[in-house]
Amino acid sequence: MELKSQIPDGPIEKKWDKHKFDLKLVNPANKRKYKVIVVGSGLAGGAAAASLAELGYEVECYCYQDSPRRAHSIAAQGGINGAKNYHGDGDSVRRLFYDTVKGGDFRAREANVHRLAEVSNNIIDQCVGQGVPFAREYGGLLDNRSFGGAQVSRTFYARGQTGQQLLLGAYQALERQIGLGAVKMFSRHEMLEVIVVDGVAKGIVTRNMVTGKIESHVADAVCLATGGYGNVFYLSTNAKGCNGTAIWRAYKKGAAFANPCFTQIHPTCIPVTGDHQSKLTLMSESLRNDGRIWVPKRKEDCGKPASQIPEDDRDYYLERKYPSFGNLAPRDISSRAAKQACDEGRGIGATGRGVYLDFDDSIKRLGQPKIEERYGNLFEMYERITDENPYKTPMRIYPASHYTMGGLWVDYNLQSTIPGLFVLGEANFSDHGANRLGASALMQGLADGYFVIPYTIGGYLAGIKPGSRIKLDDPAVKATEQTVTDQIGRLFAIKGKQTPDHFHRELGKVMWEYSGMGRNEAGLKKALELIPQIREEFWNNLCIPGTGEEVNQSLEMAGRVADFLELGELLCLDALNRRESCGAHFREEWQTGEGEAMRDDESFCHVAAWEYQGEGNAPVRHTEQLAFESLHLATRNYK
Amino acid sequence: MSKHLNLTLHVWRQKNTNCDGKFVEYPAENVSPDMSFLEMLDVVNEGLIRKGEDPITFDHDCREGICGTCSMVINGRPHGPKERTTTCQLHMRSFQDGESITLEPWRAEAFPVLRDLMVDRTAFDRIIAAGGFISVPTGSPQDANALPIPKVNAELAMDAAACIGCGACVAACPNASAMLFVSAKINHLGQLPQGQPERYSRVRDMIAQMDAEEFGTCTNHGECEIACPKGIKMENIARMNRDFLKASITYRPAVVGGGAG
Repeated sequence: MELKSQIPDGPIEKKWDKHKFDLKLVNPANKRKYKVIVVGSGLAGGAAAASLAELGYEVECYCYQDSPRRAHSIAAQGGINGAKNYHGDGDSVRRLFYDTVKGGDFRAREANVHRLAEVSNNIIDQCVGQGVPFAREYGGLLDNRSFGGAQVSRTFYARGQTGQQLLLGAYQALERQIGLGAVKMFSRHEMLEVIVVDGVAKGIVTRNMVTGKIESHVADAVCLATGGYGNVFYLSTNAKGCNGTAIWRAYKKGAAFANPCFTQIHPTCIPVTGDHQSKLTLMSESLRNDGRIWVPKRKEDCGKPASQIPEDDRDYYLERKYPSFGNLAPRDISSRAAKQACDEGRGIGATGRGVYLDFDDSIKRLGQPKIEERYGNLFEMYERITDENPYKTPMRIYPASHYTMGGLWVDYNLQSTIPGLFVLGEANFSDHGANRLGASALMQGLADGYFVIPYTIGGYLAGIKPGSRIKLDDPAVKATEQTVTDQIGRLFAIKGKQTPDHFHRELGKVMWEYSGMGRNEAGLKKALELIPQIREEFWNNLCIPGTGEEVNQSLEMAGRVADFLELGELLCLDALNRRESCGAHFREEWQTGEGEAMRDDESFCHVAAWEYQGEGNAPVRHTEQLAFESLHLATRNYK
Repeated sequence: MSKHLNLTLHVWRQKNTNCDGKFVEYPAENVSPDMSFLEMLDVVNEGLIRKGEDPITFDHDCREGICGTCSMVINGRPHGPKERTTTCQLHMRSFQDGESITLEPWRAEAFPVLRDLMVDRTAFDRIIAAGGFISVPTGSPQDANALPIPKVNAELAMDAAACIGCGACVAACPNASAMLFVSAKINHLGQLPQGQPERYSRVRDMIAQMDAEEFGTCTNHGECEIACPKGIKMENIARMNRDFLKASITYRPAVVGGGAG
C-alpha cells in the first residue's frame, strides 16, 4: 500500500488556492449525471450533502437516526473557532494554524491544517448567512470567547448549544435540497458495507432499521462522514448510537486506518455514579473561562464539603503548574493533571475520581446573571443530573472519552486508500494530530463538508465517464449484499445468554483501564490478550431476541459491538507500537521528570496507517512521514 | 446512599405500525435513584433479553437532552413529570418507591407508531423542507459582521432556535397540533435580517405542509408550552399567526420570466 498524501507544492499559504485551480472541473450540465452517496448527516455529512446538491450532483444521504437533525454534532456545546480577529487581539490564519498544529503535538499534516485555518472564516460567514444565532454584543456584532490551548478569543458560540445551532443550519440547508428533490434522504438506515469493484468504491449496502430490509445503493463516489469511535470505551460523551461500523467495514475492505490510538479524553465531564451508568455527560470546556479547577492540598480534606476547605488548603493545580495558560491548558494536559491528583488520593466525591470546577470567584466578580447568560443551560443540565446547584457548590468533574483524532487515512483531497471513497469530519484522521483543541471539531466538520469536498470530489469525478456507474444487478453488488446477510445470520445463530451491552461494557473496562489516559507496554499487552477473549465469548454466548425483519435494537447494537471488539484491538496495537508520548497518547515510559509527555521525533514523526490483512492475520503498519516546513518542531510548553 | 426503588411499569407494546398494541406489566426492581430513566429501562431490557424476550423498543441517542430523539409519555405527560426535562435527563429520584409508571408512545395521527414506544416523526422534516430555512448556497454570504443584529433579536432568535424537534408539543396537544414546533422555526428565522426575504413565503409553505401532514390546529390549550423540554413559548404561535395573516393578504406569486438570448 502506498500512502500518497497529494499535498500540492508551493508555499503553504498558496497550496489550497493553487490546488483548487489545478483540480479538474465537471461541466455544469454533466454534474447531474454523477451520483454521490453521503453516509452520515452531522456537520460534515449534512454540509457535504447540501453543498454537493447545490452544485448539481445527484445526492443520496443516509443516517441511522430518525432525522438528519439528530446527528451527534448536535451535542457540541462550547463553540467554533474562526480566525476573524474581530477583536484585534492578534489572531490570524497563521496563528490558528500554529495553535492547531502545536495543540496536536506536531502529529498533523501542516498543509491540511493550514487549509482548515484558511476556510475557518468562510465557515463563520456561511453560518451567519444561514441564520445561526451566534452570541452578539450590544452593538450587534459577533461576540467571542476563549478556549483551551489558545491565547486569543476566537471562539464563536451560541450559548452552550453551538453544535446544535450549526447542525440545524446544515440540516436546514440539507432539507432545502431534499425539498427541491436534489437530495434523497434515507433516515433510519445503517450502512453495513462498502461496495468495492476492482478496488474502487461504487456504493454501499444498508439495513433499513424499520423493515430490516438489506438494500444496495450504487454511486460514482461515496463519502463517509460517520463520526468517531469514542464509544469503544463504552462510557463516553458520545451518543449511544455513535459507532465505528462504517469506517471499520471500510477498513476491512482496504481503507487504511490511521493513528487509531489518538483518542481524546475530555477533562470536564460529570463523574460516574454507579454500574448502571450508560454514558457520560460533557460539561463544556468553555466553563474553564470562568471556572477554576482545584482539589484539596491534603488527602484528609477530601471528605469535607468544599465550602469548609479554606482558600489556603486548596490546590489550583492547573494554575500552579501552567501559569500562562492556567485553567485553559489543552485537554490532554488538563485530563492527565486531574488523573494525577486523583491518583495521589486527593480526588473528591463518593468515588474519589473527581475534581472541583469552581465558579465562586467569577460569580463574585461578574455577578450571577452574567454567569447565567454565559452558561445557564449547562448549569441547569448539571443540576438535573447531579441534583446539586453549581451556583452554590462547585461542580464535580472528571475526564471521559470524548473524541477520536484517529480515523480512516485520507489524502489532501480527503480520499481514502480506496479510490472513490472519501472520508470527512471526525471519521478521518487528518487535522488534529495527537490532540484536538476545543472548538476545532465543529470547524473541521464544516470545513470538510462545505469548503473542501465540493472542490476535491469534482477532481475525482471529472476522471470518470458520466453514466458509467455499475448496475444494481452487478454480481459484485449481490456478493457484498450476501456478506451482510450472512453476518446478520451468524449473529442470530449464536443463541447464547448474554446481551450486546454486556460485551460492550466488558470491552470498555479493558480499554479504559489499559488504553485510557495512561498507557504502558505491560498494560497494552494485557489488553491485547483480554480483548480476543471477550470477542471469543461474544461469538459464543451472545443473545439477540426477535428477527432481522423488524425493528431490532439488539441486533443493531450487536453488529456495532462486534466491530468495536475488533477496532479496540487495533487501537491497543497502535498504542503499543507508538513508543513515545505525544498529545493525548501518553505512554508512561516516555515522560519527563515533571510528568510531561516526551515525544520522539526521531522515530515517530509520522502517521501510522494500518492495512487489513484478512481475518486472523496481523495488520500491516505503514507510515507517512510528516514534514514540518513552515513551522519548527518544538516541545509543547503551556507553562 | 439513598434507598433503592421497586417499581411497576405498564408499557405499551406494539410489534409494528399495522398491529394492535396493548399494555404489558414489568417489574423494575432495585432501581438506584441516581439512574436516569432510560438507564432504568436499559436494566429492564437486559433482563428481558437474557430471558430471550423482546426488549422494549424506545428511541434515544445523545442522552444529554439535546438531540431530541427520546420520546415517551410517562404517566400521561410527554417526557415525564419534571419541567423542562427530556426523558433522558429525567432521573429516578423523581419517583417514589412502589410507584406504578405508565409508558406510552407519542400519540398523534401524524406520528405513526413504528414499534412499542418508537414513532415516525419524519413529518417534522418535511415541514422544514417546505420552507424552514434561509436560501443561502455554500460560499455565497458576505462577511459575518457586515450585518449587525441587535442583541435582543439575536437572543429572541436563539430562544426559538433552542427547539430540539422532539415532538412533545404534538404529543401533549389535545388536537395533536404542531404549531409550537412550526412557530419556533418561523420565529427563529423571522427575527433575523437574513430571514426577511423569505419571511412570508416561509410561513405559508410551512403551514401548508403542516396541514398536509394532518396535524391539528391550535385552540390555545397551552399544553405544548408546559410539555416543551426547552421552554419554547406560546407567544411564538401568536407571532406566526400574525405573519401568516399578513402573508395571506399580501401574497403575490413571483413572476418568473424566461431569459433572453
